[in-house]
Amino acid sequence: MGGGGTLIVAYLSIIVLLPIAALVSHGFSISVATRGAGVAFWRWHVSLGFRTFWSAVTASGARNAIFLSLWLSFSVAAINAVMGVAIAWVLVRDRFFGRTFLDSVIDLPFALPTIVAGVVLLAIYGPDSPIHVDLFETWMGLMLALLFVTLPFSVRSVQPVLASLDLESEDAARTLGAGSARTFFSVVLPSLWPSVLAGFGLAFARAIGEFGSISLIAGGIPRTTTASYYVFNLTAGFLWTDAAAVSTALLVLSLVVLVSANVFSRRFQRRLL
Amino acid sequence: MRPHRFALRTVVLLYLGILIGLPVVFLVVKAFGHGFGAFWGEVTQTDALSALKLSLVIAAIAVPINTVVGVGAALLIARHDFVGKRVFDTIFDVPVAISPIIIGVSLVLAYSRIGWLGAPLARWGLNVLFTPLGVALATMAVSLPYVLRSIVPVLTEIGQDQEQAGRTLGAGRLRIFWSLTLPSIRWAVLYGVTLTFARTLGEFGAVLVVSGNITGVTQTLPIYIYDSWDQRFDVLGSYSGALVLALISVAVLSILAVLRRRERKLLVDFA
Repeated sequence: MGGGGTLIVAYLSIIVLLPIAALVSHGFSISVATRGAGVAFWRWHVSLGFRTFWSAVTASGARNAIFLSLWLSFSVAAINAVMGVAIAWVLVRDRFFGRTFLDSVIDLPFALPTIVAGVVLLAIYGPDSPIHVDLFETWMGLMLALLFVTLPFSVRSVQPVLASLDLESEDAARTLGAGSARTFFSVVLPSLWPSVLAGFGLAFARAIGEFGSISLIAGGIPRTTTASYYVFNLTAGFLWTDAAAVSTALLVLSLVVLVSANVFSRRFQRRLL
Repeated sequence: MRPHRFALRTVVLLYLGILIGLPVVFLVVKAFGHGFGAFWGEVTQTDALSALKLSLVIAAIAVPINTVVGVGAALLIARHDFVGKRVFDTIFDVPVAISPIIIGVSLVLAYSRIGWLGAPLARWGLNVLFTPLGVALATMAVSLPYVLRSIVPVLTEIGQDQEQAGRTLGAGRLRIFWSLTLPSIRWAVLYGVTLTFARTLGEFGAVLVVSGNITGVTQTLPIYIYDSWDQRFDVLGSYSGALVLALISVAVLSILAVLRRRERKLLVDFA
């Protein structure tokens, strides 16, 4: 790889690899200062580490927060999977005034800093809502924020695939007497599945880790404390070991989601080819 | 067919209106709610300006570093084969695939006084917790992959014919890079730089954990917006700061659209 490659690897180590190694080892309270100690000591040390990890992750606050994040992220990814297909359909197949503008609006949640997304939602769905819809400190507020930030993933995963489908098989289905619903479900949707799943995975992973857009609308009460908010609260109280443990659990969760979405979407693709 | 199409269009427009349209419109309404003068006063007050300044300084550090690293890594991935290439490639996506809060906690546990390398770093007078250095590190981590991800598809597409011709004609590696490779990927580089800039300016979670939110020292513009709402109950300050960042985002999106017209392989991809 040469000298440049070595420098890049060093940079990656400094800003990604070393910090994550430090996080995981801290989550299990494994200390580098115990080098040279005997096997019995290490066995005790590691089992104690696992116990601290487990008690931090299963503390009632942590459990509630992780559960809240899981069901919110799942629902948000599911809702946006459906709406993503609908929006992509309208953007690709429909023709009306302002369609190009609509297409660029989809990217706005990507480009908008997450805290701005939070403020933007509070401007209309907050305590001084001009339309009297106050979602401050409710799960619906959290859901709205997560729907907002994950929408581009769901739309942009499906849109190019939909645009590349040829219309012949749909025409054939229609000629054979299938209605538009039947045509959609038995001709179009099967070829869209892999991309819908990929979008679902991306949206889910993003929602699990999201913090900025929900940090204001959550308000900081236990009922609306998501997993990442819970970790932030721990750091604010300088409880770094607990924060590291819950972060490690979240880290594993996001990686599992991303990898499995990847594997599933590839398997679907292979079956279609 | 017609009624179906109309119904679907209506549902989509309603959804986007409720989720994106209305909130953005009301942000503008609220920011200018007490007139343009009040908005301008909020934006130009000392704390807001020093937050904006820190955000720009951090961007001025993180964007060039991540651009050089991104271009170098893209060349390695698209032009060379080496052991562990897929792992190398995947590492770039890790910081954007996980929660920014986790990034912040990781950096603290590696480099602050309580972290792995805290003691040796402290001997050199370096500390990442509650310092601008930590803010810079966190920002560099979360904006890592954008240049790389913008360039690799273009590099793969253009192939190596030109570069090989240059080598045959006796040009050195630097000469080939500056006069053959760089000109053909310049729009992609610019695209990646724009994405990186947008992300550095907007990063919130990772920075909040490492910064400790010290006004005038570690307070970036996103943190200022949060602080105005959450701690100082200065709602107008929050709306005004958010509007400034939102306008920058719209500018970023327009630049990206222009660049996409020049290079069709480019995608908006914050994934």
